[in-house]
Amino acid sequence: MPLLETRNLFARYGDFQALFGVDLVLEAGETIAVIGANGAGKSTLMRSISGVIPNKPESVRLDGEAIGGLSSARVVARGIAMVPEGRRLFPSLTVEENLLMGCYGRKVAGPWSLETVYALFPILRERRKQPGTALSGGQQQMVAIGRALMSNPRVLLCDEISLGLAPVVIRDIYAAFPSILGSGASIVIVEQDIGQAMKVADRVYCMMEGRVTLTGRPPDLSRQAIHEAYFGVHA
Amino acid sequence: MIWLDTILQGVLLGGLYALFAAGLSLVFGIMRLVNLAHGDLLVMAAFLILVIVTMFGLNPFLAALVALPIMFAIGWSLQYFILNRTLGDDILPPLLVTFGLSIVIQNALLEGFSADSRRVPAGTLETMSLPLGPVTVGLMPLLTFLSAVAVIVALNQLFYRSELGRAFRATSDDAVTAGLMGVEPHRLFATATGIAMVVVTIAALYLGTRANFDPTIGPARLIYAFEAVIIGGLGSLWGTLLGGIIIGVAQTVGAAINPEWQILSGHLAFLLVLLIRPRGLFPRAVD
Amino acid sequence: MDAQGPPTRSWSIETRTKASRGFFIAVAFLVALGFLAPLFLARSTVQDLFFILTMLVLAQCWNLLAGYAGLVSVGQQVFVGFGAYAMFACVSLLGLDPISAIFLGGLGAALLSLPTGFFIFRLQGAYFAIGTWVVAEVVRLLLAQWRALGGGTGTSLPNSATRDMWATQFVSELFDMRPAQAMDVLTYWLALVVACLTTGFIYWLLRTRRGLGLAALRDNQEAARAVGVDAARLKWAVYICVSFVTGVCGALIYVQKARISPDAAFSVVDWTAYVIFIVVIGGIGTLEGPIVGVIVFFLLQNALAEYGSWYLLLLGAMGIIIMLFAPRGLWGLFTDRTGIQFFPVRRMLVRRDGHHSKVQGGPNG
Repeated sequence: MPLLETRNLFARYGDFQALFGVDLVLEAGETIAVIGANGAGKSTLMRSISGVIPNKPESVRLDGEAIGGLSSARVVARGIAMVPEGRRLFPSLTVEENLLMGCYGRKVAGPWSLETVYALFPILRERRKQPGTALSGGQQQMVAIGRALMSNPRVLLCDEISLGLAPVVIRDIYAAFPSILGSGASIVIVEQDIGQAMKVADRVYCMMEGRVTLTGRPPDLSRQAIHEAYFGVHA
Repeated sequence: MIWLDTILQGVLLGGLYALFAAGLSLVFGIMRLVNLAHGDLLVMAAFLILVIVTMFGLNPFLAALVALPIMFAIGWSLQYFILNRTLGDDILPPLLVTFGLSIVIQNALLEGFSADSRRVPAGTLETMSLPLGPVTVGLMPLLTFLSAVAVIVALNQLFYRSELGRAFRATSDDAVTAGLMGVEPHRLFATATGIAMVVVTIAALYLGTRANFDPTIGPARLIYAFEAVIIGGLGSLWGTLLGGIIIGVAQTVGAAINPEWQILSGHLAFLLVLLIRPRGLFPRAVD
Repeated sequence: MDAQGPPTRSWSIETRTKASRGFFIAVAFLVALGFLAPLFLARSTVQDLFFILTMLVLAQCWNLLAGYAGLVSVGQQVFVGFGAYAMFACVSLLGLDPISAIFLGGLGAALLSLPTGFFIFRLQGAYFAIGTWVVAEVVRLLLAQWRALGGGTGTSLPNSATRDMWATQFVSELFDMRPAQAMDVLTYWLALVVACLTTGFIYWLLRTRRGLGLAALRDNQEAARAVGVDAARLKWAVYICVSFVTGVCGALIYVQKARISPDAAFSVVDWTAYVIFIVVIGGIGTLEGPIVGVIVFFLLQNALAEYGSWYLLLLGAMGIIIMLFAPRGLWGLFTDRTGIQFFPVRRMLVRRDGHHSKVQGGPNG
């Protein structure tokens, strides 16, 4: 049984349909990447899994349990934590308070705590008393990741974590991934940077216009196939 | 010396107004909701204490202790079942629903308790006073003021030092992201209103023991509370205490000049502050 | 979509609907009937109609403020009371005729709105609401200090003033009525005129460019500003207009009552709570809503008058329930089911051959 699975997942905002029957599988210990152009439905997929957008219960399963109809608070309590697009730190909270918010709804013993998050991103320890929004973009992203880790998640959803960051900062952030995987979390990343996605992911899902158009292991996917799946045209 | 006494009385009265205002300030700070029924809930709590005192012959302080969980439950349910439905970008629904609530509570109290003035008997405490240097202050006014300070210290501790307070601030910033942290915003808001009603109950204890009250005085108390909040600056609890003191002093000084000017001078002080410092004395940097 | 021919030529913008055309004929008929009503109705019925019409005026005004301009006021009693007091001052102190004093009452209210607006426009949203209430309290307390008009206990209009009121004599002779009854008829006619003018004025306003600007403001303040709607000026203009009309209405009500006191003239329940419930129950943000609301309100009041505070309790509960579950009121429920609009302010793109397209916009769109 896969750890996380979506089956025939639909999503709509009012009259606008954003997802058309997405099937996705995440095995325990795996990292998968969802790639696609702007508006392909990647973020909607993340928001559907994390419960921000409600769905049919059976369209999202964690360990076989139907969780698609749960609120985001209940989803995080079951062990799916999200690093939201745009980081979304709480501006009136300090760095440390932001991190502590991460385990508000799920307090389980595990590898992650304030200490281990500070060990992973040492700069945050120095900045712990500052408001989260006073930090640089890269540091804010570290807070957002650390905050999600505080709940000791089984699944970590990372939505566009490299967006707007300098390449050297992106490298620093992805450098933390082996430790995260080592702690036992499985990861779903959403990326627009195909190269980055290919580097870290065991498998890749490519989306276009609300549908999965291509899936496979990075070595098995040709540039041309990705190009077609990404843009819907022959290169 | 008479002026010193007048001002001191005003400061102590300000404590009462700060107690009225603290709950209003708390609820606004967390969910941007202005509850127009706040004053009527206050009067309702005073009647609840009165009922407990007369039914069980309890001391008013003990009666307030009994009323606390009841009012918490009322506040919680009110928020969870009614007010949460009104939250959103449109300011009309919360205003009109709480305005309707104000009328409903007022008339329900009128129906249940008639329009007669009541008072919660506090026994010998009512008349006790102690000399404080050149002036004497009543024990009840002093207790009121100290309670106001205690309530504000406690609310600040809750807000800035506890996990619940952290969740309050986070949800106020961004309810969707707070949801991703495991916060159920609607339950959290219900808890916040429950806590506001606990503060209201403490305020009602002093409202009921210090002066006469009847079912129709709620809106005026809402207005004093509101003035204290605006003078202090939205979101600053110590500012609210200062705002209450300014209203209280203006009222007692006005009353000393001409008894008919008591209420009016309080309002004029508010308008004056609004004229000079439209955002209050201690405005929050981000809002 | 016809491909041939420049499409711009075959479209025009209309706000009229079929229902509205029939409706305007009916309205003209009703208004004419309304003018003749005192000839065949009992005096108490005329007084009831007077009450309904004045509540309708107040409701239309509040609806324009809150439903269209987004200015939620719970202090409109200040203009009712001030208009009434200004009228009393003109009659009792200056010896003016009550009818001309009604107009001056409105003018007084409009003048008052300048300083009060100066204060309350510093407050946003919900705090604006309570600010209006504070202002009303301040004005009430100040007028209670005015000994010449009875201070806190109030005063009555001098008997001579009401008896010799302009045109009363004429009406009284024409219909063979006692002067008191003639005064009721006269105030009723005035109320009818004010109600028609107010509704007509708001209808006209909403169909102008400014009305569109108002709707844009209500829907999205930033976006409206971006396309050049001057929010502050528009809100001020609406606020002053509404103050004037509310003041006229207040003065008119107190010409009929002929007795005033600060607590009654500045009553938040009588002049604001009832009005808000009328609008909310009928349907906020529509012209029809207040009309429906005032009728429901009147029926309820007659049915439940003897139950005292239960009546207000029920009204408040109704307001809450409607706001929660049918925020567009009874009229909103009706239009949702039938699509009928009597005062269409929504702009529709209409093809020359008469077919309505789906392109709609405007204050109710």
